[in-house]
Amino acid sequence: MRIGPALGAALAGLALSAAVLSAFWTPYDAGLMAIADKLQPPSGAHWFGTDHFGRDILSMAMAGARTSMAVALVAVAIGMGLGVPLGLLAAARRGTWTDEIVMRGNDLIFAFPSLVIAILITAVWGPSALNAMVAIGIFNVPVFARVTRGAALPVWVLDYIRAARVAGKGAGLISVQHILPNIAGLLIVQATIQFSLGILAEAGLSYVGLGAQPPTPSWGRMLAEAQTMVALAPHVAVIPGLCIVLTVLGLNLLGDGLRDALDPRLRVRR
Amino acid sequence: MIRLEGLSLAIGRQPVLDSVSLDLAPGSITGLVGESGSGKSMTALAIMGLLPPGMRAMGRVMLDGQNLLEASEPDMGRIRGRRIGMIFQEPMTALNPLMTIGDQVAEVLRLHEGMGRRTALDRARERLDRVGLPAPRFPLTLYPHELSGGQRQRVAIAMAIALRPGLLIADEPTTALDVTTQARILDLLKALVRDEGMALLLITHDLAVVAGMADRVAVMQGGRVVESGPTGTVFRQRSHPYTRQLFSASRYSPVRGPRPAAPPLLEVRDAVRDYRLPQGGLRALDRVNLTVARGESVGLVGESGCGKSTLARVILGLDPLQGGRIRLDGQDVAAGRRMPRGLRARMQAVFQDPFGSFDPRWRVDRLLAEPFHLTGRPPDWRDRVAAALAEVGLDPGDARRFIHEFSGGQRQRLAIARALIIRPALIVLDEAVSALDVRVRAQVLDLLARLQADHGLSYLFISHDLSVVRGIADRVLVMQAGRIVEEGPPEQVIDAPRHSHTQALVAAMPVIPGDWI
Repeated sequence: MRIGPALGAALAGLALSAAVLSAFWTPYDAGLMAIADKLQPPSGAHWFGTDHFGRDILSMAMAGARTSMAVALVAVAIGMGLGVPLGLLAAARRGTWTDEIVMRGNDLIFAFPSLVIAILITAVWGPSALNAMVAIGIFNVPVFARVTRGAALPVWVLDYIRAARVAGKGAGLISVQHILPNIAGLLIVQATIQFSLGILAEAGLSYVGLGAQPPTPSWGRMLAEAQTMVALAPHVAVIPGLCIVLTVLGLNLLGDGLRDALDPRLRVRR
Repeated sequence: MIRLEGLSLAIGRQPVLDSVSLDLAPGSITGLVGESGSGKSMTALAIMGLLPPGMRAMGRVMLDGQNLLEASEPDMGRIRGRRIGMIFQEPMTALNPLMTIGDQVAEVLRLHEGMGRRTALDRARERLDRVGLPAPRFPLTLYPHELSGGQRQRVAIAMAIALRPGLLIADEPTTALDVTTQARILDLLKALVRDEGMALLLITHDLAVVAGMADRVAVMQGGRVVESGPTGTVFRQRSHPYTRQLFSASRYSPVRGPRPAAPPLLEVRDAVRDYRLPQGGLRALDRVNLTVARGESVGLVGESGCGKSTLARVILGLDPLQGGRIRLDGQDVAAGRRMPRGLRARMQAVFQDPFGSFDPRWRVDRLLAEPFHLTGRPPDWRDRVAAALAEVGLDPGDARRFIHEFSGGQRQRLAIARALIIRPALIVLDEAVSALDVRVRAQVLDLLARLQADHGLSYLFISHDLSVVRGIADRVLVMQAGRIVEEGPPEQVIDAPRHSHTQALVAAMPVIPGDWI
């Protein structure tokens, strides 16, 4: 294995284990305030230091990982759950009105920046981690629909699809039995990319106050709260920033590695 | 003069080339024939210094006293194109779709000769004229997609000969082309060799092409040149057993018993199929009439784009008709769900590409059982799969393997097994043996003839190659621009064609001279 994908897997694995672990144990209660200990630099007692309320930053970062991962995971699930079937449908009915309607509907969603959708949803239902999931998820739908359709189209003209049609199979059955397994590798890679974008988007939404609300810990909100104290205690902002950067970097490296491993054309050239 | 001396190459312990020696003299054509995997293309790549990474050839490739195998990559870069040109099988992918043909030819000249753009374009014009793409009809500003396959191959040739190299290597240059286009490209190559004094190394699997073209021929098997010499001598004497096998396989036609008169199974009446295109309509099928009787083999021959694959699709009920009707066993064939499953189960198909005909993620048993979708999967389906495998000469134990573990010929046997498993009455074979080596093709034709005798099958055998159809068909139909233009027994259609298009097809067919046989 080359260094990139291995590093990516390690970083992503670290973030994931922190998220899982935080459900059962964190060094301190992530919400516990101790004003007397505020803005302490990293030390043996507080590895990553404390914030302006004296909360343990390591504990908050671990719990924040859980929020970020949950939001990104659900958003990817929404995107795949709706986008992949839509893409398969558009490919099966290529060149028809169904195809046009699905793809132009995608364009419509693409035309809205995810932030605008999030503001819209927040305006209607109020800000929360759940609504952030829905907003990011909706934005993922056209991504998966396009990737699925694009990957499915060249498969549809292959002879084994003709053979399946000669065997009397309809478009739905062919899509599930033949098309989907043969484009699954690409979809997995796209899922890791969307997952990392989801983490970034969640951080962005929480930063502007549209994502997770207090007391739910979140990397984005940690950054937002830290920005007035950057000069005074840089570690308060640096730690959540590093969490975001390293997790997103890790997932992108992992996605690159998976793409190379799953695409036989790239494998041969190396 | 380029001379190969003891050229050897191995992947691990597996020898790919084993002391290949060839002399490629100026103004002469050397044919390199053999089956896939015999090392023909590897020989060409070794000469060009284009072997896959990690492979190193031993021996010598001598050009003007220099051993090319020892030349550095920058030196080879200067030699490729300037001293040795190469053209490939697939003209669709050999050109850059985003560059005009003028720029592509000129680029070679600018790169190697440091010419200015104007001079290079002038030279490109002259080279394109030379390969039969004259100025008024083929301006330099055309893009590859505006050209046909044969015209694209001409552009590829113009690029290869732009610098007047001493050696041109042509690797299956006409395999992807129609027979009439093939004849014109081969004529062009011959004229270039004569006029420019080039040496031509012509790599092909087709003995008849070599017979008509080459001054000398080398027969390759398993990385070795087993026989070589002047073409006429090699063809007449056939001193090596492998040459004899190749020779008989390429002219092979299976032994078939007499066919009793039988009622019609498939009837196509006045079939019309139109395509809507941005630039207007295209009538792919224009009142086509066709009958296939029970137990009969009908050959359908035509060039690419003549509508023969469209006809296959409408017969199989995959595409709708805009006019006329198709009846199988007296029942109407229709596209989509309107066609009853029982009727659909009376027909199956075998397609051309032995590599694309199977889902790479399924195992053989599931692949072969797919047509049971039409009839319901019987409880003993695994036994039926095993029986079908045995019937096409494969091991019943192959059922749990994946498709990439099989060779091209084995895959085509599997495709036939899949078509047979629900015991259809009619099998549509769309270029089913075109991609196979001659010896494998002979075996598959034998298999088809035996299965027909055993099960009373009817075949509709679609091909661009008259010589293949000759061996297997009771009746041949020739198709041109959506119409059937001639019909009759194969001997009559091939030996005494009446329609001008059939005459052109027959004239373009490469043949081995009668006195060499």
